[in-house]
Amino acid sequence: MIDLDHQAVVAFSKSWGLFYLMGFFLCVVVYAFWPSNRKRFDHAKISILDRDDKPGKSRPWK
Amino acid sequence: MNVTDRMIGQLTSGEREAALVICGVTALAGAALGLVGRHDVVAWHGLLILLFAGGFGFLLMTRIGLPEPTGDRGTSYYDDPIKAGITLAMAWAVFGMFMGVWVAAQLAWPDLAFDGGWSTFGRLRPTHTTGVIFGFGGNALIATSFHVVQRTSRARLAGQISPWFVLLGYNLFCLLAVSGYLLGVTQSKEYAEAEWYADLWLVIVWVTYFILYLRTLARRREPHIYVANWYFMAFIVVVAILHIVNNLALPVSWGHAKSYTIWPGVQDAMVQWWYGHNAVAFFLTAGFLGMLYYYLPVRAERPIFSYRLSILSFWGITFFYMWAGSHHLHYTALPHWVQTLGMTFSVMLLVPSWASAGNALLTLNGAWHRVRDDATLRFMMAAAVFYGISTFEGSFLAIRPVNALSHYTDWTVGHVHAGALGWVALITFGSFYTLVPRLWKRERMYSAALVEVHFWLSIAGTLIYVFAMWNSGIIQGLMWRTYTEDGALAYSFVDSLVAMYPYYIARAFGGLLFLIGAIVGCYNMWMTVRAVPEATRRAADEPVAAAVPGE
Ligand code: HEM
Repeated sequence: MIDLDHQAVVAFSKSWGLFYLMGFFLCVVVYAFWPSNRKRFDHAKISILDRDDKPGKSRPWK
Repeated sequence: MNVTDRMIGQLTSGEREAALVICGVTALAGAALGLVGRHDVVAWHGLLILLFAGGFGFLLMTRIGLPEPTGDRGTSYYDDPIKAGITLAMAWAVFGMFMGVWVAAQLAWPDLAFDGGWSTFGRLRPTHTTGVIFGFGGNALIATSFHVVQRTSRARLAGQISPWFVLLGYNLFCLLAVSGYLLGVTQSKEYAEAEWYADLWLVIVWVTYFILYLRTLARRREPHIYVANWYFMAFIVVVAILHIVNNLALPVSWGHAKSYTIWPGVQDAMVQWWYGHNAVAFFLTAGFLGMLYYYLPVRAERPIFSYRLSILSFWGITFFYMWAGSHHLHYTALPHWVQTLGMTFSVMLLVPSWASAGNALLTLNGAWHRVRDDATLRFMMAAAVFYGISTFEGSFLAIRPVNALSHYTDWTVGHVHAGALGWVALITFGSFYTLVPRLWKRERMYSAALVEVHFWLSIAGTLIYVFAMWNSGIIQGLMWRTYTEDGALAYSFVDSLVAMYPYYIARAFGGLLFLIGAIVGCYNMWMTVRAVPEATRRAADEPVAAAVPGE
């Protein structure tokens, strides 16, 4: 079995902890700026304004 | 027909029976707890559970024969639990803030404990924190999340009884917590004082909340899940995780209120402040950002300035906050590198925090005349400003040498209240003033002038409070670290206490103003429901069947 002592945990979190956070950050940036997501975000932005106050019936995007 | 009749009349008879069974099982569990624990204070809580669940069971029983609901309930939103949630939130606000003014006054005039055991500072303080954070804040979060998820998904809540179970079950938890403190029941973990049986109950309630929210999102009639829901989801999921991990404990016995945490020594401290700080992040921030991202654009009638920025700051807040808790444990037995980690992430947190505050303020850019004229919108604008201030201050306090001055002093208390009063409470009031007329279908609030009065009382109260505590905190910190020429401490602890006296009086006064504001708000909301005529139906008040514009 690998010896999981304090030093090992520290080394792991100091190295991989950094990489996974940076990787994660990249994924989020890519998602937010992905060109084909733009339409969806623009729609979401205005979708909450100017609405009647009743639930919808269909799923218009399907 | 009174309100209870109308609300229960919304349920089918099958649902009424199911609700009755839930009340019955809960009441029995209470009775069992009371019997097994009859030689311990926990017996009182058994009785409380029995009366609470029994009381609702009685309401249901006497109305079990009401006529069945007519029509398709799916064509309207489920607003009854939201209305009840707003009412409960305002009631808890008055209670919690009153307790706050009382404990503040006790610090200036200790005689106000009246020699009672139950009324000592140590027992009353958690009734204040639990009352405002969980009673006021929690009910406001549950109510607004039920509203936002339905409106942004354009779908009715995915359950008839579960929203009531979540709301009322949650309030039972708050009652158990607050009454426990007065009886001397506490597990001594800050913001998690309630004992094991109340904690177990909250797990059941919270998991139901999570499932209800997910199922409602699954019913949505919109392609994209609006960002406010992401914040509410993060609030629900993370609070579940925090609550379970921090409260892992073994009770002395089934009939005993006391339990012992499974976490030893410094691990316990770290788990507690990982919990404590993320309670700030996900209870006092994420859910309220959900409110901000929905009610502010709706009230301003302008879309959020940048949707992409709201996504980036969502993930930033979610991931950075998780690592920041150790800034509560600077200069302790916690390993140095863990403290440094917490400090670093706290400073980085400023970026997504200011991104949210900036996004809110830029949304208002171009609508400043409305902010000037509309006190409700101004509540939300001020909330965004205080959010910016308190997160800047937090990142600053988290830097180790700064914390050496501020820790244990009133500066922390000042910071807390810039966040709690200036951000959390103001955004809630702004949201409620937007929500109440819509929900009860009134033309407007009863009195715009009273909203204005409430706004200025809140602002004055917050500023007096925060400035008093900044002053006293820094004086305290400096007095504690002043040495004479021969290296002895220049001031005794009592010297610093005497220096605090005027600030403690000012703080109690600021809190009193804030409390009066909340009472004015209650009156205004009450009169809106009672005395303002119903709004005329809008032309487009019909369900949408066909394609949505913009698709
Ligand atoms: C970037 C965001 C924030 C950071 C980095 C931060 C950091 C801190 C720090 C360093 C302390 C003092 C710890 C100590 O010396 O004991 C603290 C205390 C506290 N903060 Fe914040 N803060 C932030 C935002 C907020 C907000 C928005 C609220 C909302 C109410 C808030 C509520 C609290 C509370 C309740 C405490 C007191 C904890 C205790 O009981 O000791 N914070 N925060």
